[in-house]
Amino acid sequence: MNVLPVEMGLLLAGVLFTLGLISVLIRRNIIFMLISVEIMLNAAGLAFIVAGSRWAQADGQVMFIFILTMAAAEVSVGLALILQIYHHLKTLDSDAADKMNG
Amino acid sequence: MINLLWLIPTLPFLSALILIFVGSRLSWRIAALIGAGSIGLAAVLTILVGYDFLSSGKEAYLHVAWNWFQAGDLSTTFAFYLDSLSMVFIFVITFVGFLIHIYSIEFMQEDEGFSRFFAYLNLFVCSMLILVLADNLVLLYLGWEGVGLCSYLLIGFWYSEEKNGYAARKAFIITRVGDTAMAIGLFMLFTVFHTLNIQDILSQAPLVWTTGASMAVVIAFLLLGGAVGKSAQLPLQTWLPDAMAGPSPVSALIHAATMVTAGVYLITRMHIVYELAPLAQLWVGIIGAITLLVAGFSALTQFDLKRVLAYSTISQIGYMFLAMGVGAWSAAVFHFMIHAFFKALLFLAAGAVIMALHHEHDMFRMGGLKTKLPVIYWTFLIGAASLAALPFVTAGFYSKDQILWLAWAGEKGNLWFFLAALTGAVVTAIYTFRMVFITFFGEAKTKVSHIPGMRITIPLIILATLSLAGGFIELPHTLGHFTLFSDYLSPLLPSVALKDGIESTEWTIQLVTAVLALGGVYFAYILYVKQPKISDEIKSSTFELHQFWFRGWDFDALYNLLFVRPFVYLSRVNKNDVIDQFYMGLVQITEYFNSTFVKTQSGILRWYVMGIVVGAILIMTISLFVQP
Repeated sequence: MNVLPVEMGLLLAGVLFTLGLISVLIRRNIIFMLISVEIMLNAAGLAFIVAGSRWAQADGQVMFIFILTMAAAEVSVGLALILQIYHHLKTLDSDAADKMNG
Repeated sequence: MINLLWLIPTLPFLSALILIFVGSRLSWRIAALIGAGSIGLAAVLTILVGYDFLSSGKEAYLHVAWNWFQAGDLSTTFAFYLDSLSMVFIFVITFVGFLIHIYSIEFMQEDEGFSRFFAYLNLFVCSMLILVLADNLVLLYLGWEGVGLCSYLLIGFWYSEEKNGYAARKAFIITRVGDTAMAIGLFMLFTVFHTLNIQDILSQAPLVWTTGASMAVVIAFLLLGGAVGKSAQLPLQTWLPDAMAGPSPVSALIHAATMVTAGVYLITRMHIVYELAPLAQLWVGIIGAITLLVAGFSALTQFDLKRVLAYSTISQIGYMFLAMGVGAWSAAVFHFMIHAFFKALLFLAAGAVIMALHHEHDMFRMGGLKTKLPVIYWTFLIGAASLAALPFVTAGFYSKDQILWLAWAGEKGNLWFFLAALTGAVVTAIYTFRMVFITFFGEAKTKVSHIPGMRITIPLIILATLSLAGGFIELPHTLGHFTLFSDYLSPLLPSVALKDGIESTEWTIQLVTAVLALGGVYFAYILYVKQPKISDEIKSSTFELHQFWFRGWDFDALYNLLFVRPFVYLSRVNKNDVIDQFYMGLVQITEYFNSTFVKTQSGILRWYVMGIVVGAILIMTISLFVQP
């Protein structure tokens, strides 16, 4: 069985993380921003899995389950917030919610 | 009874506390009862304590109330020390003070600040009692400052008028100049003796210092500075004439029983230090001599009844300083006591006149009161006679004659002191009877609206009796040679050594003094009753001099030029406060950063994310290069 080298897995996680980060920065639609954050979370999870399999430890998978749980909670809170923002501003543009400027 | 000594200052203090806290809710009857009653009780106690003290034959009695504070070498007790000198003072303070309180009940009856007035008066008496009973100089200084505070409160009693507040501040600040000198003197005393207990200092001083030791001279001068401030002597005398802004009983209290005599007390109490510092003692005499002349001439030109009396007080205290300058300690204390009687009498009588004439202060608008206010007239006349030292019948004659004689014949006396005192005696007689003739003789110019009642006349009569009879406890060699007063003080205060073979001249000196006093009165009679034109001519021909004297020798203008103007100028230059600029700068820098960084808080979510990313990258980069 061909073993995928660790570097490849980590590179994939890094690429995914960077893509997610870039789209958080450039997207203005708040739902897309939420999705991008999910991508970043999963990239981090992937890095844990790869590291866990490299060292043959269960800790990596345990951490991934934690991240999964946390992501679920985050999505539920985030979606509720998005609903409220849409309710108030009638738009999903995050730049429109700039009332808290100094 | 003597162990009740501590009650004498405590009673006025308690009643002052009561009046301060609940005074406004008491009716004037009760407030008067508490205010005057406490002083009355203190006066009764003084007589009982005095009787006990004199019959016990002890030299001194010490009552330690408690240990006040202790720091290093300095251990200060709250202790009262009674000896023959403080006995004289507490007798005068409580007794004359009591009469003034009785008088004030009627004088201030209509005033809305009635209970406040009595609270201040009581506190005043209490501070003065602490001052003269203090066993150590720290406690004395407490009383000293308490007296200063109360004088400020009472001079500015009618504070709604701006000039009264000004007079009060002036009195406070000018006496503070002297107090500062005195405080430095106390510090230096402590460095030399490591104690501030008066008796310890007095007993050690002759062992530590030789006569004329420079430290003794410096300390004596500094203490003299304090005395000069409180006793309104040259060059710090300018506050006293303005202090007339207070109600008349206050003036009586300040001038007779409390405050201005504190300086006389201090120097007499520390007389051993002054005897070790002949230069300082000489200057006590010089200051006294100059002051008595300066103030006497100023008194000649005043038209406000109370200001004449104010200048005459400065002048009479000058006599006391002169007496102390020639070492005639008991003569100074004797003149203090007699002066307290007649000056309280004169101020109270003047207050009654002013009240009777609708608060008219100008003597030239009075006149003809001889028949309208006979009691006031006769008592005022007695007080004036005592002040002018009319021979043989008045107490003032005996006390002043003693000073004149010792200035001439005493070992430390000299011709200049004697001439100054003699000139002062003539001037005193002239201005005193000028005041009497203008106020009570001639035509009536203002209608009498208020006939004084019992509470005003009875204190006047008692004080008038004392002003006449008080002198008979000390008679000169030539007239009976009765020396009760100086015998009584002799264990404490040394008598004056006379020059050789000078005693035969005593008759001559007395005759000259008597003739000059009578001559002064006659001169005033001619000028102000017989030939008023002459006085007007003198006034117009020497108008410049008259105005100069009237303004109190322009000391106010001088101090304005020397101190007030430069100070005001400096404060105007430094209006923005140099030191404050630094703190203002700090505030400005902080505000600049605030306004800069506030722009980064745009409210746009993506900018914040960018900030986090940049920060994370920075930290990671740094952690790559910097090994922990």
